[in-house]
Amino acid sequence: MAFSNEQLERYSRHIILKEIGAKGQKKLLNAKVLIIGAGGLGAPVAMYLAAAGVGTIGIADADEVDLSNLQRQIIHATKDVGKPKVLSAKETMNEMNPDVTVNTYHTFVTSENIRELIRDYDFIIDGTDNFPAKFLINDACVMEKKPFSHAGIIRFKGQLMTYVPGEGPCYRCVFKNPPPKDAVPTCKQAGVVGAMGGVIGSLQAMEAIKFIVGQGELLTGNLLTYDALKMDFRKIKLPHNTDNCPVCGKNPTITELIDYEQAECDGAL
Amino acid sequence: MSDFNIDDKVDITDVVCPTTFVKAKVALEELDDGQILSIRLNDGEPVQNVPRSIKEEGHQILKLLENEDGTYELIVKKVGD
Repeated sequence: MAFSNEQLERYSRHIILKEIGAKGQKKLLNAKVLIIGAGGLGAPVAMYLAAAGVGTIGIADADEVDLSNLQRQIIHATKDVGKPKVLSAKETMNEMNPDVTVNTYHTFVTSENIRELIRDYDFIIDGTDNFPAKFLINDACVMEKKPFSHAGIIRFKGQLMTYVPGEGPCYRCVFKNPPPKDAVPTCKQAGVVGAMGGVIGSLQAMEAIKFIVGQGELLTGNLLTYDALKMDFRKIKLPHNTDNCPVCGKNPTITELIDYEQAECDGAL
Repeated sequence: MSDFNIDDKVDITDVVCPTTFVKAKVALEELDDGQILSIRLNDGEPVQNVPRSIKEEGHQILKLLENEDGTYELIVKKVGD
């Protein structure tokens, strides 16, 4: 594949970098990333990956754009209220970069459809707002041997980690089971600063880009936490031994996907 | 130009900085170690900056020739993969 002069100009700041170059940019253009959740995290991830020229971006979300989303979900605009989020996201990405093919999945991601959904993609982004979805994405990615970036944000805090098959612990190695219903408030109940999605989502996009071009070190085996009020980032080393994990361990006891029940007041992130 | 065994050519007179260097860099990436690229470039800023940037990437500048039409021909040997 040869670059057009327009592409050379569009991606010039990538191509100039030793770590990316023309080869890395080609990898990005040939890459397929699936973003689950077109909300506070998914919005910046989708925008940065589209701008970077990730050739195929899938985006899954069952919701429509709500006025209360716009404080943080920067891929949607006021005119998009009422529109399916995946459609609004696709329009923004297409306007940003015509090189990108956007696949939309206007549906809830469940144990029934997730394995087939992620199978076609090279890297998965967890941009969801609830524990059942986070465990579902983890278990499905372990079973399908797909790398993914986990992240969560609430109030002034956020966290993320990266899973690469065979290269470190999965989400369930660290967090065995979802917390009891209503033990942890949702964003709707607790609130979240819009820029939190920008900080953590941009880090997820960065992990995807590094994975695709094969440069640098990923957040595998580490959990990064961010406390915005204290302006404190912490990189926590996770236990190396994954043998006893019920899903990615040597003798897994979880071999089928589980649809955990969601707290009733769960809102869109 | 007959002094060199040119493996590939690229014309960067149709673009401006920093795409000039980007286009040359992309052409160099396509070559193997030791192969030779001829780059057609404009006088002024490209002649000043492109050879320097290519050198910084570790490649070897063999010669800069002036063409009759006021453009230049930069002969570069690729170093590394």
